[in-house]
Amino acid sequence: MTNSYIPLLFLLAIGAGFAVLSVGTSLVVGPKRYNRAKMEAYECGIQPTPHASGGGRVPIKYYLTAMLFIVFDVESIFLYPFAVAFNSLGLFALVEMVLFILTVFVAYAYVWRRGGLDWD
Amino acid sequence: MIPALGAQYLGAQLPGVDLVPATFNYAALSPILVVLGVATVGVLVEAFVPLRSRYAAQVGLTLAGLVAAFLLLVLLAVNHQTATAGLKVLGGAVLGSVIIDGPALFLQGTILVFAILGVLTMAERLGGVGADAFTPMGSATPGSGQEALALRAGSMTSEVFPLTLFAVAGMMLFPSAGDLLTMFISLEVLSLPLYLLTGLARRRRLISQEASLKYFLLGAFSSAFFLFGTALLYGYSGSVYLPDIAAAIPQGGSELNGLLVPGVFLVAVGLLFKVGAVPFHSWIPDVYQGAPTPVTGFMAAATKLAAFGAILRVVYVGIESARWQWSPAIAVVAILTMVVGAVLSVTQTDVKRLLAYSSIAHAGFILVGVLAFDRTGVSGVMFYLVSYGLTTIAAFAIVGLVRADGAEATHLSQWAGLGRRHPWTAGTFAFLLLAFAGIPLTSGFTAKFAVFEPALRSGATGTIMVVVGLLASAVTVFVYVRIIVLMYFTDSQNDAVAVVTPSVMTTIAITFGAAMTLVLGVWPTELLQLSASASQFLR
Repeated sequence: MTNSYIPLLFLLAIGAGFAVLSVGTSLVVGPKRYNRAKMEAYECGIQPTPHASGGGRVPIKYYLTAMLFIVFDVESIFLYPFAVAFNSLGLFALVEMVLFILTVFVAYAYVWRRGGLDWD
Repeated sequence: MIPALGAQYLGAQLPGVDLVPATFNYAALSPILVVLGVATVGVLVEAFVPLRSRYAAQVGLTLAGLVAAFLLLVLLAVNHQTATAGLKVLGGAVLGSVIIDGPALFLQGTILVFAILGVLTMAERLGGVGADAFTPMGSATPGSGQEALALRAGSMTSEVFPLTLFAVAGMMLFPSAGDLLTMFISLEVLSLPLYLLTGLARRRRLISQEASLKYFLLGAFSSAFFLFGTALLYGYSGSVYLPDIAAAIPQGGSELNGLLVPGVFLVAVGLLFKVGAVPFHSWIPDVYQGAPTPVTGFMAAATKLAAFGAILRVVYVGIESARWQWSPAIAVVAILTMVVGAVLSVTQTDVKRLLAYSSIAHAGFILVGVLAFDRTGVSGVMFYLVSYGLTTIAAFAIVGLVRADGAEATHLSQWAGLGRRHPWTAGTFAFLLLAFAGIPLTSGFTAKFAVFEPALRSGATGTIMVVVGLLASAVTVFVYVRIIVLMYFTDSQNDAVAVVTPSVMTTIAITFGAAMTLVLGVWPTELLQLSASASQFLR
């Protein structure tokens, strides 16, 4: 039983060794020339945006929008395989799908009525 | 290539791949479906019913839904009792992903009772708008103008009722999940609403939000452990269904044999986190203290019950035959849980934290029963969960009534002399504490007996655990008696602390909890018989 763990341990050692070695080597060997551009936040090559007023806080609206997007995104992900397999699934799957869309619609109605879609 | 492959697999042409829709036994699922349906209607109520009638509509709807689900469940249980003699068989509801057998019916019914009592305490408004346990606006920064505005507008978080219902549905699914993935889904369904409910306390908003964040982060972490363990067990047995995993264990000998024990332990981490066993208990005191008190009571009772139900199913349906490989470690966890819970409760100065540590100790006692590995162990655990839950809901409901300047007085020193000014409340609380301690003539004694007796018969490990359990009980007796002494034999320092008079709803919850604590201590036979007849898992 213990034998089957030995390859796992080797893998762990190799993985940890690789991480330590590559970071350590670049720390020891690599040149250290700092300038302003290097100290800035890295934003995928785009000019970094300045901090928002109030200590870099982001309005909660952004997260709300992102969450709503994910809800409807997941809905459409479920719709794709359903549409592809529609012929072999028949009426049952149609009813299930209508139920699913209705449930998401309830969430939408809640968000809409409680002002989740108003930006201000 | 990929579209062609997709069409090939999704059609019914390929042998072994058929997309015949699953068969559902809607009757067996009806209680869960009712709870989920009512929760969805509750969201619509939030959206369309005007603010002034929303609270009444939500409370009425939620209670009606829970009672209806309970009646359906009773009907289901009675029908199958007459049909098959003993609450035993009720086939796989969805291809074996959900299994409604004796333990599932028993635990689901208990969860519904806890939920009804919990909703009664959550609906408490202490005679006016703006005095309930929940913040008027959860998303506002604590102490901000926005929050004050919401308070003045009379808004309240009546979303707690649909959230509770969603959590209840997850809890009902959790102990009846026949495969590990369904179990994971129900774990998330029950956890996510609880994370939110934890952060909604009206007073001490920061502590509440901190508790919510801690609970969420640690809970998500433990869910990941559970999922990883599921993956390892799938690698071991080629299936996530618990009976298939059980069938794979005696064969053994494959080169993936080493996956079994890590898989079991990782799944155990996820489950033991939810019950608050010791290496994974650190969230319990913070969350129990920070959450709104009615939510704490409901959570302590119902989450523990659902999670222990899931543990029972994983152990007794799935991994029992490999128990020599994993049960010693779980026995150590049980011993640690009892000792740490009992000893740390001695040093607590906050009533809610004290009850939290006591709940940790109780989780240890229940684990002792789980490790008895026979049917009397299962029925003992289920009896313990019922009696502990009823006592806990009543105890936290009383904690919510002892107030100073409108806020809950949770510091122990504020409870001094309470027995003289409010003999009924203090007397009931003292009785509930004695039940926690396991004094005879309370349900706590019967319950401890019911889990310790099968453990004693199970062998040397069981005996050691029972001895530790009795010592830990003795330590907790000291803690509870200290509170009783404080309430009755200490002079009061401040007159600001008073027990507010609750509405009929909380009164019902407290009375029912306390009465059942007495009844299960004096006449436990009926429930013991019911839990014994419902203790056979369907494999």
